Amino acid sequence: MPRHVVARAAQIPPGSRKLVKVAGRDIVIFNINGELFALSDKCPHKGGSLSRGKLSGAVTSSEPGNYQYSRPGEIIRCPWHAWEFDVRTGRSWCDPQRMRLMNYAISVEPGAKLVEGPYTAETFAITVEDAYVVIETK
Amino acid sequence: MLDAPLAPELQTEAGRLTGETPSRLKIIDGDVHPAPRSVDDIKAFLPQRWKEHLEIYGSRRKLGMNYEPYPKSAPRACRRDAWPDGGGNPGSDLDLIRAQYLDALGIEYGILGPLGLTGHSELNQEFSAALTSAVNDWQKEYFAKPEPRLKAAIVVPSENTPAAVAEIERCANDPVYAQAFMLTRTSEPLGNRRYWPIYAAAERHNLPVGLHVFGSGGHAYSGTGWPSYYVEEGAGHATSCQTTVTSLVIEGVFERFPRLKVVLIEGGFGWLPALAWRLDKLFERMRSEVPHLKKRPSEYIREHIWVTTQPMEEPKDRKHLLDVMEWIGWDRLLFASDYPHWDFDDPFRAFPAGLGQARHHQILAGNGLAVYRLT
Repeated sequence: MPRHVVARAAQIPPGSRKLVKVAGRDIVIFNINGELFALSDKCPHKGGSLSRGKLSGAVTSSEPGNYQYSRPGEIIRCPWHAWEFDVRTGRSWCDPQRMRLMNYAISVEPGAKLVEGPYTAETFAITVEDAYVVIETK
Repeated sequence: MLDAPLAPELQTEAGRLTGETPSRLKIIDGDVHPAPRSVDDIKAFLPQRWKEHLEIYGSRRKLGMNYEPYPKSAPRACRRDAWPDGGGNPGSDLDLIRAQYLDALGIEYGILGPLGLTGHSELNQEFSAALTSAVNDWQKEYFAKPEPRLKAAIVVPSENTPAAVAEIERCANDPVYAQAFMLTRTSEPLGNRRYWPIYAAAERHNLPVGLHVFGSGGHAYSGTGWPSYYVEEGAGHATSCQTTVTSLVIEGVFERFPRLKVVLIEGGFGWLPALAWRLDKLFERMRSEVPHLKKRPSEYIREHIWVTTQPMEEPKDRKHLLDVMEWIGWDRLLFASDYPHWDFDDPFRAFPAGLGQARHHQILAGNGLAVYRLT
């Protein structure tokens, strides 16, 4: 399970997103209220880049005339055809079995731990004082 | 990765998954939407009299002053990655159009189709004529002259027939223009005789008539009234295209103009075979009502109508889509991307696996070369 250091934690504050390239894969990271999510960036429908999409909530309805709005900011919509994906699972709303994004384990690790390895930091040196975002590829 | 499956031949053509340089695959795109950075770009081509008219009275169409009153799934119905960094609307920045679209996809020709403030169905007849002329000049100066891969459309003021004919005559001999252009939602169904001089002019100059969905003819988006949802509006384009095809065929437009070519743009095409079957059945029972028709409706459709592919239906079983394409005719389908709009189709990802390389080539370019005036 290769682990990759992709950013300083401070580079992806709550409400932000970042597109990174890890081992040849484009991966988009979302920070939603301090929680980090990592998903493959390429929409499985027709290939749009999800890092350019809009985050919205989940609107559901038990019957015509009623609706429930929940999970604000946890649904990413493709910038092209607006397919909705759950950032927690990578699964699309309309076709969750077939249309899904690879999701990756992501965590924030202290620099002091990272310098012990085994991690790959592709673009910058690690200092023990900082915290870093780490993605695990399968 | 969990990408949608691509046919092996499409992967090779795209050359993207392998990183290899593919043999150059020509692509002609039948639906590209240019936009002004702001209304000032268009105003620069209006005579002072009409510039002031626009400033003082504005654009008046049957669907109200603001033609795009809601975001339509994405702001201005555009891909969220198509907004120029330097400001202005998607489709207004030639450098971004080149980088993100023409160069990135290897487009040989993109056929422009301006929407929005184009004069197509302005209620003020003289303003309609002036505005379509301005939009046609603007397309030429901003897009088609500096970028020869982009071909302009002759937008016509469709509710002012003499002016529409005059505009075709004004532009037709200029090779930057590849088609005459109207929208499907006109005041009357498009086979109505008031529009026939437009078809005569287009036929005279060997220009296909591109009929793009939308329009402010004043009719509801459905045949039975105004729907509640944008989803319904999207589905309604298919029914407006069915009305258009039915009217063109049954009124006898193709009997009167035997060399006329009509391109239906952005209405999908899954409905076309069923419409042709239905019209044939009705014709065989009521031929005497329309004695001016010498052939079955399906034959006029097969000979005179082309359809652009975007936004194509996406059935679960791709074979069903291939069957529909076969029924329509492999030589009648024209690739379209709809760039920069949100329901954009990528030429290498839009088509179902199993299409085959030869048919993919034919749809991407071969058919377009036969339809459009690309000299």
